[in-house]
This record gives sequence, C-alpha cells and structure tokens, in this order.
Amino acid sequence: MIPSLPRPAWLRAATALYVGAFLLFLFLPLTVVAVFAFNDAAYPAPPWHGFTLDWFFGNEAQGRVGLFHDTELLGSIWTSCSVALWVTALSVLVGTANAFLMEREQFPGKGVLSMLMLTPLVIPGVILGISILAFASRLADFCSDTFGIEADFLRPGLPLVVLGQFSYIVAIATLTISARLKRFDRSLEDAALNLGASHAAVLWNITLPYLRPAIIGSAAIAFLMSFENFNTTLMLVGSDAPLTIMMYGRMREGATPVLNAVSLFLMTASAVLALSLMRRSKSPRET
Amino acid sequence: MSSATTPAPAAAPDLEVRAVSKRFAAHAAVNELSFSVPRGSFFSILGPSGCGKTTLLRMIAGFIQPDSGAIAIGGRDMAHVPPNRRPVNMVFQHLALFPMMSVGENVAFGLARRGVGRAERTRRAGAMLERVGLAGAAAKRTDELSGGQRQRVAIARSMVLEPTLLLLDEPLGALDLKLREHMKVELKQLQSAFGTTFVYITHDQSEALVLSDRVGVMNQGHFEQLGTPQELYYSPATAFVAGFVGASNRLSGTVRAIDGALLEIDAGDGWQVRARAHTALAVGAPVQAYVRPEAMTLARTPAELPAGHSAHSGQVTDMLFDGASSALLLREARSRRELRIALPQTGAFADLRPGAQVCFGFEPERVVAFAAV
Amino acid sequence: MSEAPARARWSRRLVLALLLAPALLWLLALIILPHVDLAVLSFRERVAPREYTPSLAQYRTFFTEPLYWHVFVRTALLSATATLITLLVAFPIAWIIAKLARGRTSALLFVVCLIPFWVSETVRTLGWMILLRESGVLPAILVHLGITAEPVELLYHDATILVGLVYTSLLFMVVPLVGSLESLDNSLIEAAYDLGARGGAILRTIVIPHAAPGITAGCIVVFMLTLGNYLTPTLLGGKNSLWFTEQIYTQFITRFNWEQGAAFGFLLLALSTAMVWLGLKLSGQRFSDVMRRV
Repeated sequence: MIPSLPRPAWLRAATALYVGAFLLFLFLPLTVVAVFAFNDAAYPAPPWHGFTLDWFFGNEAQGRVGLFHDTELLGSIWTSCSVALWVTALSVLVGTANAFLMEREQFPGKGVLSMLMLTPLVIPGVILGISILAFASRLADFCSDTFGIEADFLRPGLPLVVLGQFSYIVAIATLTISARLKRFDRSLEDAALNLGASHAAVLWNITLPYLRPAIIGSAAIAFLMSFENFNTTLMLVGSDAPLTIMMYGRMREGATPVLNAVSLFLMTASAVLALSLMRRSKSPRET
Repeated sequence: MSSATTPAPAAAPDLEVRAVSKRFAAHAAVNELSFSVPRGSFFSILGPSGCGKTTLLRMIAGFIQPDSGAIAIGGRDMAHVPPNRRPVNMVFQHLALFPMMSVGENVAFGLARRGVGRAERTRRAGAMLERVGLAGAAAKRTDELSGGQRQRVAIARSMVLEPTLLLLDEPLGALDLKLREHMKVELKQLQSAFGTTFVYITHDQSEALVLSDRVGVMNQGHFEQLGTPQELYYSPATAFVAGFVGASNRLSGTVRAIDGALLEIDAGDGWQVRARAHTALAVGAPVQAYVRPEAMTLARTPAELPAGHSAHSGQVTDMLFDGASSALLLREARSRRELRIALPQTGAFADLRPGAQVCFGFEPERVVAFAAV
Repeated sequence: MSEAPARARWSRRLVLALLLAPALLWLLALIILPHVDLAVLSFRERVAPREYTPSLAQYRTFFTEPLYWHVFVRTALLSATATLITLLVAFPIAWIIAKLARGRTSALLFVVCLIPFWVSETVRTLGWMILLRESGVLPAILVHLGITAEPVELLYHDATILVGLVYTSLLFMVVPLVGSLESLDNSLIEAAYDLGARGGAILRTIVIPHAAPGITAGCIVVFMLTLGNYLTPTLLGGKNSLWFTEQIYTQFITRFNWEQGAAFGFLLLALSTAMVWLGLKLSGQRFSDVMRRV
C-alpha cells in the first residue's frame, strides 16, 4: 500500500505496468497527432509516406496549403488569442475584486452570493451558451423594436463569446485568488499601516505582490480555458470562428494533416507556457 | 491656561491613556482603563489571554477605535488619527516581516512611505541593521534568518522610523525556550541603547518581571495592580496578582482570630496558619492566602526552624529536581493540603524521599491574605 | 470631531459598492437573468408568428417523443458509466502519485499527468480519430498482427465515446484525488496495518472515508462535464452518438426552435443539478467545500 509496508513483488510489477499503460493511454493520441503532421500524404493516416514539412510551409503553388499559408487557420488562431486575452483580463480583474469582496467585506446576503459564485462551475457549458444566446438576442430584439437601436454586440459574435466564456472562467479565477487571499496574514497589512503606509500603498506594496502568483496562475488558466473552450463558444459564435470551432468544422469534413500541424504548434505553445509558469513558481521570491 | 496646569512638553509622558473603554457586543474587553508611561521607560502589560491586553495595544496603535476615553501619545491626542499617521510603531506577534521583500527592503519600507530617497533609505536601513547586529544582512530573504534575527529585523524596521513609542505584542511567544531567555536579555539591552519608550504585552510573567520598569497586571479589562516588578512580587495588591505573578501556594480558609495586622486562619481541618491581612477582614470571613515556595523554610525538626517562624509538618510526596528552582511537594499533616516548597541551594534536603516526614515554617508577614471572592 | 469617522464610514461603503458592482453585474447579467429568461422561453408555445402563449408543450413533446427521452436517459447512463470508469482508472494513479512515488518522481508524474490537458480537447479528439478510424493506426496494427483480416472501424461505437470521455475527464478526477490522498497521514495506514487490517480493509475503512470529499468533487465535476460535452461524442460517436447536447444544438441552431431547445436545456440542467445534489447528499459534503477542491 505505502512504501513503509511490505509489498509483494507482483504488486510492484503491476504498479509499474499500470503506470506504463496509463502513460501510453495519455500520450498515444498526442504522439499520433504530432507524428502525422510530418507525413507526406493527403490524409493523416497510415501508412507512412515519408517525412515532409509541407503541412507547415506548403503553399498553393505546391498544391498543399501548410499552416503558415492557411490564412483561414491563422485568422482563427488570432481570433482565439484576442478572445482569450479579453477573457483573461476581465476574469482576473473581476476575480480579484470578488476575492476582496468575499474575504474582506461583510454584507447581508454574503452566503447566498458565495454560493451563486460557484454555480457557473456546475452549469454545463452548452447551457451557459444557449441561455446567454437567448437572453442577449431577446435583449437585442427589444432594443431594435422599442428604440430602433441595433445592438449588434448582442448578436452571436465575438463579444458574446467573450462574455460567455468569462461567465464561468471568472468563477475559477475568483476561487484561485480567494484561496490565496484567505491564507494572507492580515498582520502584514497592519504592520505596513503601522510603518506609515497609506491604504493604497499597502495594497500596492504588500497585498498585491502577495497575490501575484495566484493572479498569474489564474491568468494562465483563464487564457488556456478560453483558448480551449468549445461548448459555450459553439453556441455563441458568429461569422469569425475561433480555432476550436474552425478545427471542429474541418474535422467533420475529413481533415488534412494541416490540422496536425496546427495541433503540434498549439502543443509547443502550451508546453512553453507551462514551463515558464513552472520556472516562475520555483523562483523563491514568488513563494 | 497657566503654566502650572500645563506641564512642560519634556515632562509629558510618552503615552497617556485616560478612562479608555472598548466593548465587543456584551463583553467589555477594556474597561475604564487609565495609565501613563514616562519617556524612555519599559512598560509591560501582563495578563492571561483574553484579558483585553491585545485590544488595548491595538487601540494605542490605532487599529481599533475606543468607545470612550482618550489616548495621547507624546502629548498629542490620537482621536481619529489613523494608524499610519501615529508616531507609534509595532512589533507584531508573529513579527509580520514582509515575505515578498528582502531584509533591507523590510527595514526601509517605512522610510520609503515617508518619501525618503532610495540612497538615503538604503544607508539608514543599513545603519539600523548594524545597530541591531545584523550588518550585511540587507540582501537576505526574511526566511533565511533565524528566529532571533527575524526578531531583530522586526525591531529595526520599527526603530528606523524613530517612533515616540514602540509597541511589542508578545514578540517572544513564537520562540523556543532557550532563545526566549536569550532574546529577553537582548530586548532589554536594545531598549536601553535606543532609549525609546517600549510598551510590551505578554502573558509570561517572567518576561514582564525581567524586562520592565513598571508592569500593569491586567485582568478582565482593567488593571489589578500597576507597579514595579518588585512591588508586584513582594506586595501583590489583589489575590489575582498574588496568584498570577510568580509561583504561589494558595491556601483558602476562614479567619479565626485577628491579632493586629496578623490573622489567624483555619486553612482546613484545623490547620492554623498565621498571615498578613491585605485588607480589613472580620472573624469568620472566608479568605485566600498566598505563600511563595521560597518563603518557606524546611527543617527536619521544629527546633531547627528560625525563630519567629510558625512551625508545621508534613509528608513528602514528590521531589521535583529542576536545578536552581528545585522544589519538593509535601502534604501538610492536618489539612492534607499539597504545598510546594523550594529546596535550598545547599543541597541540604536532597536526600529526602517521598514518604519522609519534614517540618516547615514561614514568617507570617510573607503570607498574604485576601478576602475570598 | 465626528467628521473623520463619518468620512471613514462613507469610504468603506464606497469600497463595498465598488467591489459588489462587478460581482452583481456578472451574476445577474450572465447567469441569473439568462437562466430566468431560458425558463420563460421553455414554458411558452408559438401559436402564430411572433405570438406566444404560456404552455407546457415543450416538455410534453419531450415525454411523448421517444427519441428525445431515450437520448436523455442514454446520455445520463453513459455519463454515469464514464464517471465510474474515470474514477477506477484515476484512483490507482492518484494513489501512486500521492503515496508510492516520492519527491521528484511524484511531482514529475503529476505534471506528466497534467500535460495532455494543456492541449485542447479538439486536438486530443483528433488524435483518437487518427488512432481509431477504419483507415487509422490501430486497425492497421490489428491487421498487421493478424488479429483481424480487414481493417475494422473502431470509431462510432459507444465504447469509443466512453474512451474519449474518460480520457478527457481524467485530469478533473486525478487532481482532487491526489489532493485528498496526500492529506491522508501515512501513520493512519500504518496503524491500521499494525492492528491487523489488510489492503482491502484499509482501503474501505481508512482511505475511502478520508478521500470521500475528493472522490465526490471529482465525480461531480466529471459527471457534469461529461453530460455537457458536445465535441467528443459527436466526433467519436458520429451519427450514432445520440448525445443530448446535440439535440439542444439542433433545436437551437439548426431548427431555430428556441422554445424546444430551452426546455431541453432546462432538463439537462435539472439532471446535472440533481446529480450534484445527490452526490453531495450521499457523501455528506457541502457544495462550497467540494468546489474549492477542484
């Protein structure tokens, strides 16, 4: 069971075998995706036809449009990035405010509010999507019927996608930042006040630096969740498709290895982001 | 306003607390408390946890507003002065060193808030660290320091601002015993070196006795007694002080007879004890008498007891060896009451074993009797 | 004299209001009002263009049309199965990370388990499609090994959907499990062993009771995510997937029948909420405590 208790040899072998099988299960799909990005064939399927970089650098003239010449895909990556940036900024800002609200303020109805803040996490994404879609559309109809104003941002499109993703990602940011703020030793703030700092200086010099790891962490999570989001986005998307929607569409049609190429590109980007975050968290000043 | 009623600024006490009260719901944390602390002295507030001493300290620092009464620091009334504008600094219970800053940045923090330039800040922080014996530690992280060093950084961080008053909230509480003994001495030396007024709160009577010029013993929101450590120890004003400051044997009983300032007390089953009455007591009144372990003298026979001592006898139940503060526990023959008696340093009674019969006695003046509540 | 405290009180109220505003705006405009609106939509019926009456017609359709509630029940059952399999697959690995591996190995294994989830679900599903489809990697291997004569289609089965769902959900099970197992003091296990308990008994009497909050948290989240998944069932299950979210999408986006879609959405939300509630009741956990573990 645990290292200090005797474990028979078969159990040790079974454990090692399990870990191996588990890792195979985890990494097989990703490996396959990466490998077939370099297959010199029109479809990402065996057999192996030789190594090529066409799916990255190919252009119309060669008959194969590689990732870096596929304007549609590149555009959707850009769309995903800008949506994710908006969602991240909003989530971190509102999440930090929420953390201070829930950890520092006392007001009637606080218990109900704290429950409500968790509910977006247990509402399926599709339903978040349709409820916001329906509400925003009816609001837009109301605006145009009553005031004759066309509120285009309430129609399916990127602003709604941002709002839809924000509606649950902010709950995660709130949880992460609140958890760290709860562990904060309030006497540090008292000490800073006592040493003559104004309330603003305390916030800027003491509390926010303390929260920084949580803020950076939740920003990374928010960016990633927004970038990967599919369910909510699917319901709210207009003419500009973010990457996941674009890929989904192409996968249903029967994809070319350019999708493998873009996937490999994403994996590399994620790995870089993850590694830089881990380096950050290891540097002592952040603890 | 005549010069007779306005004391010269130099003579104004650094801290003056006048009839300050603070209630939390139905509970009076601090109740009509008044005292003043003269410039340059070391003042301790000693009391059990929950006695209101932290509330009092936080009111002086400005983190809590008193319900009534006034607090003046350096002769200036502090009503509505926010904590960051008060000429007081505080050493927090767990020190509250900023983990996101280096030692030097911690010490320079208050200077930066005052707008002191970077170079000047660094110089003054460095000089202050040198004064507390931490020269060259400015670049270290706070978690690289030992407990005692952290303590000194916390003091340096406050002292660099040259406060009128330094408040210390049980700063030794988190240290282990050995270091605590060491830091006690160091704190005393730092205070006399800086000459700043220290107000120190603690629940540890030994810290209060060793460090302070004067001590206020606090209980349930008010001072039981305010005096020098010697006064508290040798002439406690209340039963609470007698029981709380130093070790004491408590004898409860009733007054049998009064002989001038001395009382004859029945301390259970006809055991007669003579004691000094702290307050006027009538015959038959219930009393509580306190006698310190070192106030009692041991002897093998009544004849060996010094003259003037009342003679009693008992059976040894335990020998408690603790170096200089070794003691024995005995059961008094008549009342079966357990008493603690200090063993003399001579080692004269080191051979006693549980079960042995011994005599003991004390001067009646060293037993203080209070009306039982 | 009383000016300063009055100003202080006023500025505290201002701070509270400033902090409260974004939270209320978020919850009202993006969560509460849209769901109220969705409820209103689901309880009405179109009688003429742009004319509606309150009615239960949408819910009636659900119960009278066997396809709809079949899909609903099927989605619920497959989600429950996927949750159970996820728990069974994740528990040993969580145990190995929390208890067996030490120091760097444990940290490394944990990070390795998280890596696939830094990549989007679309990419992971693409990987499974390349592996499993008729012209894919696994059928080719099976033919090569002589197990099957012809390449077989491994996509578009219920089992395929389950594999995809389990794969996608693993992270959300492993993280809370590792958290709750790490907090279990090894000396409790040693004590139980010392008192004569063996593997099964220790698991039943010590480990599972201690890890219950983590297990509940993991199961609730995995079930919820599986139930609301769209991508994995539609891509791996194809036309046979019959997943309830697909019905909602069809009503909303393809048929533009928002009233029906809203009713379906509400039914799915009700099921999801009921399962969360049931999970909390069965394990005696509080919602807020459980959510903080994820």
